[in-house]
Amino acid sequence: MISSRTEIANQPHVSIKGTSDGLIIHLGAGDWNSLITTLANKLDRTPTFFRGGRVALNVGPRQLSAPQLEMIGNLLSKFQISLWAVLSDSLETQQVAAEMGLETSLALSRTERLLAEKQNDPERLVAGGEQAMLLRRILRSGQSICHAGHVVVIGDVNPGAEIVAGGDIVVWGRLRGSVHAGSNGNDQAIVCALVLAPMLLRIAGYVARSPGREDSEAYEQSVVPEIAFVHNGQIVAEPWRAMESLYPDWRADLLRRAANTLSTWF
Amino acid sequence: MGATVITITSGKGGVGKTTATANLSAALAMKGKRVVAIDADIGLRNLDVVMGLENRIVYDLVNVVEGACRMRQALIKDKRIENLYMIPAAQSRDKSAIRPQDMIDVCDQLRPEFDFILIDSPAGIEQGFRNAIAPADRICIITTPEVSAVRDADRVVGLIEAEGKGPASLILNRLRPQMVHRGDMLDTADVLDVLAIELLGIVPEDEDIIVSTNRGIPVVMENKSRAGQAFCNIAARLLGEDVPLMDLEEKPSSSWLSKIAGLVRRG
Repeated sequence: MISSRTEIANQPHVSIKGTSDGLIIHLGAGDWNSLITTLANKLDRTPTFFRGGRVALNVGPRQLSAPQLEMIGNLLSKFQISLWAVLSDSLETQQVAAEMGLETSLALSRTERLLAEKQNDPERLVAGGEQAMLLRRILRSGQSICHAGHVVVIGDVNPGAEIVAGGDIVVWGRLRGSVHAGSNGNDQAIVCALVLAPMLLRIAGYVARSPGREDSEAYEQSVVPEIAFVHNGQIVAEPWRAMESLYPDWRADLLRRAANTLSTWF
Repeated sequence: MGATVITITSGKGGVGKTTATANLSAALAMKGKRVVAIDADIGLRNLDVVMGLENRIVYDLVNVVEGACRMRQALIKDKRIENLYMIPAAQSRDKSAIRPQDMIDVCDQLRPEFDFILIDSPAGIEQGFRNAIAPADRICIITTPEVSAVRDADRVVGLIEAEGKGPASLILNRLRPQMVHRGDMLDTADVLDVLAIELLGIVPEDEDIIVSTNRGIPVVMENKSRAGQAFCNIAARLLGEDVPLMDLEEKPSSSWLSKIAGLVRRG
């Protein structure tokens, strides 16, 4: 998990640790260039150990610029290590990392944090552990669902309600609350709903806002089920076109299978 | 057979909880039921003002709970309507002066003597609200056709469901048919669309309410205002009568054109 600042301060300036979330490189306080040198030396000592692996970088409160982050990325790739996440208390650093396509949290960190918060909440509606969670009810304002897997709601998600899912979010009803799919950083996650009109829609680190009340009302008039996903670095919503969205070759496949079946008959 | 406890709540303030409590209590009493209205808005009491019983208060709900007086001493009898009583809230204390269990105890004491106990809930979703819904057999949510009020009502419906007190039913207050007609106000369908609970009644916006509130005479007592009629209908529905929703549309102008239009529509 993410170390707190005090822990970082007590550690040497550069440390590499194996955790349940994989390897994490901690960069502490100090001059940037000397940190880089120290890191390079450390990696140099056991070059084969890290080869082919992927690491997360924890820089604590430090503000990193895009060139600095690139420098680290280049250094790591020299040792054939790929950088996949940057952890930081600094929003600027998080933003820079997100712009470079890196994660800004470890797997499930947001979900787990929320799960932990919900443990003592009397309105807790969470059951953890399952692959998917099915809810057959209206999610009302102020209610929040937090689940590490997929979340399926049969019913409306009203304005002011919130769903955070590690996986996909499917709403068989009107989605008008806030949702965060792929909260563990999975940008392959999708959100789909019969009426997709959320106040706020997030997939992994990407955010989309509703176009506004006026528009959404007109929108609900001519409603079709929609699916939202991340495409070229932004969230797009498309009308649900049955098979094509998930299985582009379904027509060709169907014909091939039909031909096969026919050939067994004759 | 004891009384039915009905709590009237809303989440948002100023949507008409107290007005509804006063009028439904009066309407039920006028139908011959023994009714007591309890003001659970400790610290901001005003049910007594709306019911015109302000000058009769000696003891209040907190006195009863703390054992400073007997229940009978705190019950104020309305002299205009047979069978109508009220218990005022304390003005000098706050919501923390009573606990949910106290409300349950008070209601249990009153149950054998009455047919209906109506509780006027404070706004909000904190302790005062929890006190008010604790003894409820039935909960009426009141809302106005505004996005903010509906949002709060939705929150409250969720809390009530979580408490296992549902399903709540809905009173839509201060509807202005002409504004709905112009498309400037949420209509009944829009509100029900979000809340998805049973509709107990619709009360139109009515200036008579302000007049009656200031005079301390519930509108249902002067059987001519539209809002008063709407509250009477809601009271009847609470008694299980099947009363159709009021036609809130203004009388159509009687020009020959609209008459023809009416004929065509009927055909």
